[in-house]
Amino acid sequence: MVKSKFLLGKEESICMIGTAFSVLIRLELSSPGVQYLQGDHQLFNVIISAHAFIMIFFMVMPGLVGGFDFENMNYFLPIHCGSPDMAFPRLNNISFWLLPPALLLLLMSSLVENGAGTGWTVKNKDKQSPNSGVSSLLGAINFISTTLNMRTNGMSLHKLPLFVWAIFITAILLLLSLPVLAGTLVPALNLAILAITMLLTDRNFNTSFYDPAGGGDPILYQHLFWFFVSHIVSTFSGKPIFGYIGMVYAMFSIGILGFLVWSHHMFSVGLDVDTRAYFTAATMVIAVPTGIKIFSWLATLYGGSLKYNTPLLFVLGFLALFTIGGLTGVVLSNATLDVAFHDTYYVVAHFHYVLSMGAVFALFAGFYYWTPKIVGKIHFWTLFIGVNLTFFPQHFLGMAGMPRRIPDYPDAFSGWNAVSSFGSLVSVVATILFGYIIYDIFANSKVSSNNPWETIPYFSSEVLYNNNKTVNTLEWALESPIPFHAFKTLPIQS
Amino acid sequence: MENTNLIISRFQHFPFHLVDPSPWPILVSFSLLNLTIGAVAYMHGFTYGGYILTLGFILTTYGMILWFRDVVIEASYLGHHTKEVKNGLMMGVILFIISEIFAFLSVFWAFFHSSLSPAIEIGGSWPPLGITPLDPFAIPLLNTFLLLSSGAFITYGHHALIAGNRKGAIDGVIITIILAVIFTALQYFEYSVAGFTMADGVYGSAFYASTGLHGFHVIIGTIFIGVALIRIINYQLTTKHHNGFESAILYWHFVDVVWLFLFVAVYFWGNT
Repeated sequence: MVKSKFLLGKEESICMIGTAFSVLIRLELSSPGVQYLQGDHQLFNVIISAHAFIMIFFMVMPGLVGGFDFENMNYFLPIHCGSPDMAFPRLNNISFWLLPPALLLLLMSSLVENGAGTGWTVKNKDKQSPNSGVSSLLGAINFISTTLNMRTNGMSLHKLPLFVWAIFITAILLLLSLPVLAGTLVPALNLAILAITMLLTDRNFNTSFYDPAGGGDPILYQHLFWFFVSHIVSTFSGKPIFGYIGMVYAMFSIGILGFLVWSHHMFSVGLDVDTRAYFTAATMVIAVPTGIKIFSWLATLYGGSLKYNTPLLFVLGFLALFTIGGLTGVVLSNATLDVAFHDTYYVVAHFHYVLSMGAVFALFAGFYYWTPKIVGKIHFWTLFIGVNLTFFPQHFLGMAGMPRRIPDYPDAFSGWNAVSSFGSLVSVVATILFGYIIYDIFANSKVSSNNPWETIPYFSSEVLYNNNKTVNTLEWALESPIPFHAFKTLPIQS
Repeated sequence: MENTNLIISRFQHFPFHLVDPSPWPILVSFSLLNLTIGAVAYMHGFTYGGYILTLGFILTTYGMILWFRDVVIEASYLGHHTKEVKNGLMMGVILFIISEIFAFLSVFWAFFHSSLSPAIEIGGSWPPLGITPLDPFAIPLLNTFLLLSSGAFITYGHHALIAGNRKGAIDGVIITIILAVIFTALQYFEYSVAGFTMADGVYGSAFYASTGLHGFHVIIGTIFIGVALIRIINYQLTTKHHNGFESAILYWHFVDVVWLFLFVAVYFWGNT
């Protein structure tokens, strides 16, 4: 319990720092002209970079892989596999402890040479990446070994819960892409900084390292967060998940495709037509397995007896918003359109629908699913309205041609920008509420029963109900909180 | 977990090793913080940056030694490494090596990106105008022979260990280490006489980034094998149970193969 308190506190404070940066951005952009930053545009760039870094590398990524995972992945993966603990518990420990230093380094990096004002795509000055990268890499090795080696008797691969599958596939992708992204890129570029006299070829050198690194990454994290969704959908519609095998292979194909599409980040840098045609097609193909997943979830909900608890609300919010983000993604995957939309607020709106609504909503859904509380509903509606107010107008701004990462804009854009800034303040209220909820959970709430989501079987006999339980993964069979080493005797999968 | 291995099966009904709490992960991660801050401070020319860097390096190494010492104790003296645990550890090592392969992939990508269609700024040629490259058939070829034969000797040592031939195992591993040290020394010599530096445009950057990363791996691999050697001498490794040694061998072959690619691409193709 102490551990989980600590971790939640850390995750929440990271979330707060990232949100604070985003609010600074929105405040500056709330109306045309210089607002709050006193015309210091380098500072604006540094704030944008810091916001992007904290949110991607410290919120979404570790939230799912590195730190918060002690709550979710590290905590539940062995239980779902029916094993007493992870394969390498000490690696878990160090991948957790590497994150605070990494965050510290990130914040410090803005002190070195005026900070990095480059957005998240260029990370050469941020020395934190090796640390957070190593952290996620060790996590990935741990997850794969645990899944392959420590499943209990009878737990065959096709019986693994979707949660484990999603983590497993994610871990494989992380293992293959992180060394390219963080492991080598950054040390190599640090060496490049060491060779500070590189003048003419500096640009060359940078692009060469950027190539392999620019790729796959956002795609990877787009489907990172799906692993809560299936379980929650299934539980609260009272049905087993629709199309289990289809889901597994859809995740696999998204993972593989994610590796083949990196250049869709680079349509505007002057690739030739054939290359762009290929990357357009490959990127669009991702929509197919994604559709399989979305429709499987809808099919699970269809005809179920739905219970609108907080987790299900967050999942429904996720499905709606992620679909919007996915559709604008299909629009952006066209190289021709992307050239027009490149670096406009359309892109900003797109990836915030995917990341800050997709990923974060799924995270909150998982949080409430595994931490039963009621006040969450207010949190959901506040956040839902806040994020939509913030990011939906950005589609219009982008279509009208407003470029991103620029601290000022013409008066014509002022209306929707004001709406967007107001929306971000609404989200802040939601985030503060979330902080209170966490406090409330640890300070006031009682320990819950083994399975708080169990429903009383009004319409079926006790026997039929017991044979037909839809919550059928192992964590609900254990007492809460789950004991230190989950199983004294391993369970057996029939 | 105070119980010895003999009665452990009375307390747990599964073959996995549930490790005891350990202070080393947190020590190592904060030493790494120290190391990184030191590196940044040193590279940007802050006062005493070098001292912070050195301190971070010593602390990290110290933490790693203590951590690995614990693992060796658990493996050799407490008998926690059952067959299943061995499987898991081996899997971890293999996955780690796979991720290393991808790390090298990105370095090679950078090299080919710069060399396949050289930019106009470097004269449109590779090696760039004004760069005098190293002769691939001098020290690099010798180094190739050194690494390949060290691979052969470590295989000899491994087979000798499996066959229970203690002297053969020790000899094979010692020769491997000697060859590895000669390799590193020759690389050092070559770096110090090369006619270009890391700062000489993209050629120097790509050359030193790729061969330097490899050299770093050679040093780690040498230490890895060195630990295995000490454990063989101390009678800790048996004919059936020598996971650490096998991991070192796998790692060494990986370093070996990367060198072959480096030799063919960076030294031979890239210099002619």
